[in-house]
Amino acid sequence: MEKWILKYFTLIRVMIALIIGVAVTILMIYLISEYPGESLKYFFTGPLASKGRLFNIFEMAAPMIFCGVAIAVSFQADQFNLGAEGSFVIAAAVGTAFAVSTNMPAFIHIPLVLIVAGVTGAVWSLVPGILKAKWKASELVSSLMMNYVAFYFSLFLINSYFRDKDAGFLVSLRLPETALFAQFIPGTRMHFGIILAVIVAIAAYYFLYHTTSGYEFRQTGYNKKFARFGGINIIKVIIMSQVLLGFIAGVGGMSEVMGIHGRFLWQAPHGYGWDGIIVAIIGRSHPILIIFSSLLLAYLRVGGQVLNLMGDVPAELVNVIQALIILLITAEAFLGQWKYRITRRQAEKEEAAK
Amino acid sequence: MNELFSSIFSVNFGFAILRVMTPLLFPAMGIAVSTMAGSQNIAMEGSMLIAAFFGVIVGAFTGSLWLALLAGIAAGVLLCMILGYFHLKLKADIFLSAVALNMFASGMTIFLLFMITGDKGSTSSLNSPVFPNLTIPLINKIPVLGGILSGHNILTYVALISVFLFYILMFKTPFGLRIRAVGQNPHAAESVGINVNRTKMYALMLSGALAALGGLYLSMGYVSWFSRDMTAGRGFIAIAAATLGGMMPLGTMLSSLFFALVSAVAIYIASLNIPSELIQLIPYLVTVVALAVFSGRAIKRKKEKEIEADKELETEKDE
Amino acid sequence: MSNNILEMNEIFKVYPEGVIANRNVSMDVQENSIHALVGENGAGKSTLMKVLFGITPFQGGSIVYKGQEVSFSNPREAIAAGIGMVHQHLMLAPDLTVAENLILGMEPRKGKFFLDSVEAEKICRDASEKYGLAVPPEKKIKDLPIGVRQRVEILKALARNAEILILDEPTAVLTPQETEVLFKTLDGLKGAGKTIIFITHKLSEVTRVADRITVMRDAKDITTRGMEGLDEEKIASLMVGRDIRTERIAPPDSIGAAKLSVRDLRYTDADGVEALKGVDLDIRAGEILGIAGVEGNGQSELAEIIAGLISPESGTVTLDGESLLNLTPREVRESGIAHIPEDRMENGVAEVATIEENLIVDRYYKDKYSSRGRLNWKFITDKSKDLIERFNILAKNSKSNVGFLSGGNIQKVVVARELTSNPEVIIASQPTRGVDIGSEELIHNLLKEARDEGKGVFLISADLDEVLKLSNRVIVFYDGQITAHFEDASKVKDVDLGPYMLGLKKEEAASGKMDS
Repeated sequence: MEKWILKYFTLIRVMIALIIGVAVTILMIYLISEYPGESLKYFFTGPLASKGRLFNIFEMAAPMIFCGVAIAVSFQADQFNLGAEGSFVIAAAVGTAFAVSTNMPAFIHIPLVLIVAGVTGAVWSLVPGILKAKWKASELVSSLMMNYVAFYFSLFLINSYFRDKDAGFLVSLRLPETALFAQFIPGTRMHFGIILAVIVAIAAYYFLYHTTSGYEFRQTGYNKKFARFGGINIIKVIIMSQVLLGFIAGVGGMSEVMGIHGRFLWQAPHGYGWDGIIVAIIGRSHPILIIFSSLLLAYLRVGGQVLNLMGDVPAELVNVIQALIILLITAEAFLGQWKYRITRRQAEKEEAAK
Repeated sequence: MNELFSSIFSVNFGFAILRVMTPLLFPAMGIAVSTMAGSQNIAMEGSMLIAAFFGVIVGAFTGSLWLALLAGIAAGVLLCMILGYFHLKLKADIFLSAVALNMFASGMTIFLLFMITGDKGSTSSLNSPVFPNLTIPLINKIPVLGGILSGHNILTYVALISVFLFYILMFKTPFGLRIRAVGQNPHAAESVGINVNRTKMYALMLSGALAALGGLYLSMGYVSWFSRDMTAGRGFIAIAAATLGGMMPLGTMLSSLFFALVSAVAIYIASLNIPSELIQLIPYLVTVVALAVFSGRAIKRKKEKEIEADKELETEKDE
Repeated sequence: MSNNILEMNEIFKVYPEGVIANRNVSMDVQENSIHALVGENGAGKSTLMKVLFGITPFQGGSIVYKGQEVSFSNPREAIAAGIGMVHQHLMLAPDLTVAENLILGMEPRKGKFFLDSVEAEKICRDASEKYGLAVPPEKKIKDLPIGVRQRVEILKALARNAEILILDEPTAVLTPQETEVLFKTLDGLKGAGKTIIFITHKLSEVTRVADRITVMRDAKDITTRGMEGLDEEKIASLMVGRDIRTERIAPPDSIGAAKLSVRDLRYTDADGVEALKGVDLDIRAGEILGIAGVEGNGQSELAEIIAGLISPESGTVTLDGESLLNLTPREVRESGIAHIPEDRMENGVAEVATIEENLIVDRYYKDKYSSRGRLNWKFITDKSKDLIERFNILAKNSKSNVGFLSGGNIQKVVVARELTSNPEVIIASQPTRGVDIGSEELIHNLLKEARDEGKGVFLISADLDEVLKLSNRVIVFYDGQITAHFEDASKVKDVDLGPYMLGLKKEEAASGKMDS
């Protein structure tokens, strides 16, 4: 039993963090709500109560999956690039500009727009990548800064050239029908982008664990010296990981426009990038696990929304809980005492057996 | 265009720059302090937010400015102590933990905002005190300069003074010396008996206090209420400012000034046809460029040192 | 003896992995003497001092300091008691000045809160004068050469009233001139009443400054005595001589032509130390060329240059006539070089990766392991299982993490990978360090096999038994140069090698060339 615990210790630690998160949620709802029983029901069962709400989870999870997978690919190569947000938004802006200015049948238009967006995102992420590869400049700072540049530049692009003058708010022109994802389940906003997100996650998984390049990423992430020693080209890995991050996040951004909104409408950073970081951490940078952690986070968010709407507890409760969960997960020494004791006991057992 | 120039070179504009600079300078110094100790604290955003909130709440309910000040600082410091605990004791990654705490602060403040005021937008329903503006005698009589420098909120003057204090603390006191030693080589510090973790914790607390002052200024000076996510990324801009300023007091102040300048220009330029968004992205872009130049120079300097060392060896051999 | 300032009695120290570093070691140090602690790498001398200084705990024995039994649980306590240590890796804050580093932790104050930097510089100057160690108080550490930095470190200990000063391999990073300055300093310190323990393997230094000496070997102390009547040769034989006869493997059947040739190789490291001063050697097909030498005399750098990990200042390295310089590590590998690195955890493996992943790092892109970018895990797993069996790696299955294996098994993973990469030349750096006896045997057999298959094996080892057991030809490295070349290793005894390893003797124009 204990051997098994040691082997899967990290996974167990994550599960315990999640359980604590849920427990604290329940506790807080209990303390705050006038009618805790009802509130708990709203939070935990609300998301599943109606078709609309259920699919809301999937809709919300899509951009999380995109950004989470993008960041995970970068994390696996040990690059701490937080630029998913920037790539997401600028790709959406450029993609929107392209979609709105061009005319072609849907079966060409859609993939082309996505590719344009992806490439934009990839090029955007190149900046922190090259700075890191060439001059060892912190990709954390440069990517954070590029997020702001991306945001303001996107606003500039859309507001100056692609603004919908008829709309009440500052939004872009509506995308032509040929560049939209149909919402194929009536009563919900389910669109192809969600499927795409899952496909991308699976593709990323395949890339990381079944291709030679993915192998190079991971070994570089595990031990850079070892990777170099074995002959892997580290520079190539660093740059490629950033490019992939940007591409995936870019496709995600465009997908969100094409599937949910039909236009570029963000006037303030939405925080998709931060969501991506959360699900990447909970999902331990594993693309398939990220699908699940995104669904989990989306479920919690929708639950929070329902609670907010129907109950008397604000939805921001979820933000508080997700922070707690992340803290517990990144605390390597969390439960460290327990692990040490088990390790010692195992070592003693093995000594005795000799 | 003429209008623009006359606006920019006006006394009001100069005044505005200092106003805008205050909530950037405080967290930027927080970053500089924590970086000097070797534990860069990017939870400035969260600390500012949480201080801004608690300052307003305590101020509104007790009517006391002092208690508000205390509460705000305590909140900011506490957040950073949690960061310290998770990073130093539980070995959590300091960046990820800071990211988590920023999210926590954002969510928690809106959460409590709603619980207390029933409003998720702002505390405008509450009557919260503000820190006073000060007119500096004598200075305010100086033409032009007087208009720029006098009449600011007291916290703006505190920010400017704290740059000086930061310098004194870091470079003229044993406490500052130890912080720098810990940041440069923790082994060296340990070998002389300094408790590295405790020192880092102090630095984190100090950075929390600085961020708190920035947050308090926002909700009790710049404006007189707390509104959700009112820090608007200033805590992150602070990272850029501190980086650009080389983590040194004067440099940080100058780069904060620069960021404030650009932000202020953007506000003024909105009236013109130059898109404000382009102006707003300039500081960030400049930081990226500066970062590249900075890091590039560091690498070049290292290579030069190696060549120097070779030359030294050659000349030594000849001796 | 009543004038012993320090007595270490029957110290027993074992590391968590089971390695016994000190086996009932005793050493007494007289007050006001310069006491040399000598031994080869791995003899246990650094550990003994770490135990004294409180860096690491010990399991048996006692320490008596100034007549009292003591046991320091951390360096702070040792420092407070008057023991100072200057480590090999200096513990200074690079961006602070000399004076600031000196007074760190005991800063002189102006009023209650302010640093009195004038006083700090004065303290620095006074100490500098008192002990005859010239240091510039206002300069930053990062702007000073390493010899001066070391002086600062020594001054740091003295300024904290160290009565015993422990120096760990102090001259490793010094030029000959700086070394002489250091010795004069040590003489001066002795004159001022201090006691000095210095760890070294350079015998010329021992005879130059030491009054007394402790020789350690294989975690035991051999002797502690005065220097009267001892000369370098005698010390060398104490250090290196063994009662264990070295079995040797059968000599090679046929040796081919030179495969790898190194000519006039020079390398200066990041600290400005000249690690290789013009090395020439050849490795022929079907032989094992052993490099004997205490670690830190240039062997590591030689290995890394040949493997393509660092670039030399000048010189050539050719394999079958083609230059190996300025190639990427992958290109070097593809040319036919395999490398068992001396630090397996740092370079040899990725701890958190699986055994399979570790086994394929040099070949994952090749035919059958992958096709068109897609990894063929079935093939990889089969091959890995095969290697695990062949190389006797004790693991549950090929997908377990390398980090869970014992040191010996981890090394076997490295060896398995390197020896099956189809190399022409194998560089084996400290191949059996930290490895259990069984695995050691296995690795030795594998190297012999490789040799018999016509490969050239380059064996770098601080373990003389190993070198003499396996090599048919031996060269000795000292101070970045080859000091001896024994073409027929079967006639060589370890005591023969000792003097060359320790810099006592040097063959004229020695090189590893085999021009024939």
